[in-house]
Formats: sequence, C-alpha cells, structure tokens
Amino acid sequence: MAEEFVHLAVAGTEGQDLEINMGPQHPSTHGVMRFVVKLKGEVVESVQPHCGYIHRGIEKMCESLSYPQIIHLTDRMDYLSAHINNEAVCLAVEKALNIEVSDRIKYIRTIIAELNRIASHLLWWSSMCMDMGAVTPYFYAFRDREKILDIFEETTGGRLLYSYNCPGGLMNDIHPNFQKRVKEFIPYFRKSFKEYDELVTGNVIFQNRTMGIGLLTREQAIAYGVTGPAGRGSGFACDVRKRAPYSAYDKVQFNEILYNEGDSFARYKVRMDEMLESLKIIEQLIDNIPEGSYVEKMKAVIKLPEGEYFQQVETARGELVVHIISDGNKTPYRVKFRSPCLSTLSVMDLISRNQKIADLIAIGGSLDLVIPDIDR
Amino acid sequence: MQGVLYDFTGLIQSIDAVFRASMSDLWATVLEYAIIGIIYLVIYALIGLFLVYAERKVCAFIQVRLGPNRVGPKGFFQTIADFIKLLLKENIKIKNADGVLFNLAPFIVIVASFLTFGTVPFAKGLQGIDLNIGVFFIMAVSSMGVVGILLGGWSSNSKYSLIGAMRSGAQIVSYELSVGLSLVTMVILTGTMQLSQIIELQSDGWFIFKGHIPALISLIIMMIASTAEINRGPFDLAEAESELTAGYHTEYSGIKFAFFYLSEYMNMFVVSALVATVFFGGWMPLHIGSWQAFNHIMDFIPPIIWFILKSFALMYVIMLFKWTFPRLRIDQLLKLEWQYLLPISLFNVLLMAFVVYMKWYF
Repeated sequence: MAEEFVHLAVAGTEGQDLEINMGPQHPSTHGVMRFVVKLKGEVVESVQPHCGYIHRGIEKMCESLSYPQIIHLTDRMDYLSAHINNEAVCLAVEKALNIEVSDRIKYIRTIIAELNRIASHLLWWSSMCMDMGAVTPYFYAFRDREKILDIFEETTGGRLLYSYNCPGGLMNDIHPNFQKRVKEFIPYFRKSFKEYDELVTGNVIFQNRTMGIGLLTREQAIAYGVTGPAGRGSGFACDVRKRAPYSAYDKVQFNEILYNEGDSFARYKVRMDEMLESLKIIEQLIDNIPEGSYVEKMKAVIKLPEGEYFQQVETARGELVVHIISDGNKTPYRVKFRSPCLSTLSVMDLISRNQKIADLIAIGGSLDLVIPDIDR
Repeated sequence: MQGVLYDFTGLIQSIDAVFRASMSDLWATVLEYAIIGIIYLVIYALIGLFLVYAERKVCAFIQVRLGPNRVGPKGFFQTIADFIKLLLKENIKIKNADGVLFNLAPFIVIVASFLTFGTVPFAKGLQGIDLNIGVFFIMAVSSMGVVGILLGGWSSNSKYSLIGAMRSGAQIVSYELSVGLSLVTMVILTGTMQLSQIIELQSDGWFIFKGHIPALISLIIMMIASTAEINRGPFDLAEAESELTAGYHTEYSGIKFAFFYLSEYMNMFVVSALVATVFFGGWMPLHIGSWQAFNHIMDFIPPIIWFILKSFALMYVIMLFKWTFPRLRIDQLLKLEWQYLLPISLFNVLLMAFVVYMKWYF
C-alpha cells in the first residue's frame, strides 16, 4: 500500500501516463469514493476504486443491537432505497419466527417500496444527466421526487430514512390521505415522464454519449454478480421480485425489463422503463389494500431461534441479501449484507477501459452507485 | 434617411470640439482616451454583472426555480454582492505554480475580450473604435483569449486544469475556422469589413433577409461555432464541472477567477453583438417593405434599444443551448467541427460567392 501511495505522489511527472484522483472530493462520485484513474491523454487506461471512506461498520454494529434496532442501521446503507433495505431484515426475522404477516402489511410494504424505487430512480436520473452536463433534468426530477417524499413524510414521518418497517409489520398505519395522494401522483408522474423523454432520452447528444459506451456482456454481468438495472441492461434476468417473490409481488402483474445491448443507454432505458412498471404495480395495489391491523402481535423482546436465516430483496440498485446467524439471543451473532453496489462497482474498471474521461463519468452515472451502500 | 433621429455623431463631435477649444490637442486626445476608457470599463463590468444575473434568472426559469430573489428587488443586486465577495476573497498561492504565467493568464483573457468589446457598435456614432477591418479585428483579438486559457491551465500545476486547458485549446482553434468562414461568407455579401458600414448597408433590409439561404446557413454555423468558441454549454468541455471539477480555472480564486468568469460572459455578449450586427442589422430598426407607418414607428425606438434587444435575444438562445443539452464528448466535438461544420461552411462560401456573382440577393 505504502509503495502505491508513493507512486501516486510522483505519477504524472514522467512519461505519457497521467494519474488523477477522482474523489474523494469530486463533483461526480456522488459521495466519498476515490477512483485512481490512469489516463493516456483523454483515454482511460485503468480505474482503481478505493473505497472505505464512509465505512461505518454497520455489520459489526448490528451484532450488538436487537432486531428492531437494526432497522435503523439498514436505512443508512443504501439511503435512497431505505424502505426496501428495511424490508429485507424484517422479512428475514419474520421468516425465522415463522410469522405470516397480513395482506394489508404486504400491500402497504409493496406500495411504499415501489414509490421508493421511483424516488430512487428519479434521483439517479437527475444525477446521471448532471454527470453528462445537463443541469436542467436535475430540477425536473427533484420537483417530482418531492411529491413522493411528501407522501412519505405524511405516512412515515421521514423523507429520506423512513424506518417504517418493523419486524412483524409497520411502525404505524398509513395516513388517511395516503391512497388519495398516491392516486393523484400516478397520472401526474405519467405526464411529467413524457417530459423526461423529450428532454433527455430522445436527445441526439445524449444518445451519442451513451450508446455503445461501457459495454458489459451478459456473461461478465453474471461473473461479476452485477444485479439490478445494471445487470438487466446486459440481458441478465435477475429481478428478485420475479424470481423469488416476496411481500405482494406474487399478486401483481408486471414485466421484468430486459435489454440486451449492455451499454450505458440500455442501463438507462431499464431504469426509465422500471419507473413505469413500478407505477403499474402501485396502480394494481392502491385500491385493494385490505382492512386489518398494520402490525402482527410480536413478543416484547424478539429472540430468533438458533440458526441461519437468509432473505433477498430487489432494491433500486439490485439484489440485497441479508444473512443473519443467530445464537438464540436477542442480538444476532453475525449479520452479513450482500450489497448490490459493491458488485456493480467491481465492473467499473472492466467497462471503462479505453473510453474517454467523459465516458467514465457517464458510465459511473449509468451504474448508479451509492457509496454508503458499498462501504456499509 | 433612417437612423437620423438618433444620430450620436454630432453630439460626440461637439463634445470633442469643447475639449479641443479649452486645451491643447495633445491633452484633449489623452483626456478623451482616458474618459472613453473609463466609460468602457464601467459599461463592460455593468453588462457583465447584468449578464450573470440574467443567466441566473433565465436558467431558473428553465429549471422551474425562482432564481436569486433576496438581494435587492427580485435579487437584482445579487451579482454585485457576489462580485464584492469575490473581490474580498484571498488570492490563494498555488504550490509549485508558475507564478508569473499564473497571474498573467486571467489578464490575457480579459484583455482579449475587452479589446473586442471596444469595437461593438451600440448606435450610430456610439462605437469605441470603428476600424475598417472591424470583423477581422474581432476575430483576431478574440482568438488571443485561448492563450490565456492555455497558460492558466498549464501554469496552475493541476492535472484537471491541464486537461481542461488542452481541451479548450483543441476546441477553440478548431471552431475558430467555422466562425471565420461564416463571417467571410457574410463579408462577401457586404463587401466591407467595417462594422459601421455593414450596418449602414442594412438600412433597407437585414442581411439575414438579403442573403437568404447562404446567410441562413452561415448564421446557424456561426451560432453553433461561436457557442463552442466561448466555451459555453453544450460545448463547455474546458470547464466540464462534472468531469474536471472546473477545468482550466480550478485553481483560481478571488478576483482572478472573477476575471475568467466575467470575460466568459462578455465574450457571449460580444459574440451576440457581432451576430446581431452582421446578420440582424445591428442598431437598425426593423423595416418591412412598403409599410410606411410601421417603419416610421420603428424609427422612433432608439437604435441603442434595438441593438440591446437583438443581442439579448441572441444571448437568450445561447443560454437555452446551455440549459437544455447534455455536454458533448471531446472527440464528438471535434468530429462535429471537422466533418460537418467546416465542409458545410466551405461550401457555403462558394455558394455565397455564386449568389453574389449572379446578383441573386435582394
């Protein structure tokens, strides 16, 4: 390591190669992530990601917290799909305790998860466009994301970190306005979605910048474990909602978006189409939320029986896996999160070699990395 | 005769006469130069500040925001507050930077844009200097700015700055060709390079109407190429904040950064003024054929208003470019110039020459 740093300090002073540090403070790393980029003129020769700047030891911290408390840590991993992260832990605990939650809880969880996915994809869309030099989309997306956050604020009390799930159900019931406001949002969003397509998707400059850039084949995606929209952009059918349905996903009709091109534009299209699919899911559920309690009866202290428990969910970025090893106490013996962004990050070097610097940024945008999810 | 209503030539001449009557010729000349210089500096800074404000408001309008609205009415004094802040900021000394060149670079940039500003014809008689090679002078002097950008990027001992400077070097040198050729196209039609004469010739119709097809092609190329030449989006690769943090002026702070910033906006103004002068009749009012009453009313609007309106409309278009499109990549940018714009402009020069030879213009 030490040698490497010395090498970094003197790099760029001799020869043709130029090594630049992108990050930890850089406008388009979306967090404290450092890429050591080796350049030959404008062409990227290699990208070395250096992570760990925002490592908080969430997995270790979980070992000293009870299961309802862990929820608040999982919020902070992939903070853009906080609700879905929570769902993973809750489902694992419920599975361990053999609790079947009521349909009402499942429906609400699914609706909020899909709204969360839309909000997350909106933020991705805005930041990817900003990475490519278009600042206006940022504000368009934030205008609409704000509407979702308002709905969340009313029901869950939080705008970014909801902590709305808890083992056995939900923290509190949905707000009386919830259904009305979600139903207002759907047509509104469909309308503004057309604007997005007009502004960015159909733009010649945008298409030239993304088509054929950052090619990731299906085999590579599988080999590196790239899941989520990035994997589906390469034709890797990896949607957990289809493969291993949880919550209410087995009760709704939706398509798994697949593109076979494997370039930045395919990854872009997957996310754009996914937003519409999420709307479809919400539309099917919002009118049919059954009556009932919002939480199942749980013991005051949740103790998981000895054993290993495993749950996978589809976050906005890919497959999140929670693996809990319990020794029968109220705190887990060990918790392991398989976060989607770490695997996605690993292909960064592979797909951005021999591309231009500008493409490196666009590829980073299309992979949709959330740094706290990588470091945990 | 149009423009007679508001002719500033007489006013300027009488002021000159007063000066020369009260002191020796040499002193009068020196004093006039000083006064005009100061007036131009003030106007330069004021237009620059207003443009920054206008840009913020326009971009806020496009982005469904309000924009600055705290300092002064509708945030009008926001840019002045910002400018004072920049003046008071520390001039950070960069370790291992080439001191002389580092300090010189912003001055070269701002001098280049200030020199071009001197030739802008605001109204009849209101022009800093009316060279007989006006168009050529603007082209020549404005390309001096790239030296400042290259020096700034090279001397600041930063990799991002260096990449930005090299990009802008390649970009500005390439796009200069298209700007030059589209101006040459228009010079073929006008037969003169003197800006005041170019405007006088448009008293019975702007060149965009007189020159029809070749003039239109040349206008479109001119707008694209000059947007690239002044480093504005979608061609702002030299700055590319998402890639190179701030490109060639990453390491600059305080007033030196303000120079880069101001000169960028003033270059935009000069480019729009030049396009307005060459294609849209400068300060000439809009006249439509034989509509006597209409033409007469148009004459009453002061030429300076006409000029400002035209250049601001063009600047609005340039701002729209920036806030709508994503940025191009460097190879796509050069491809656009060398594969499309340059051949088209070369062809367009021939077309214009043919049109002028056949007397197909109006």
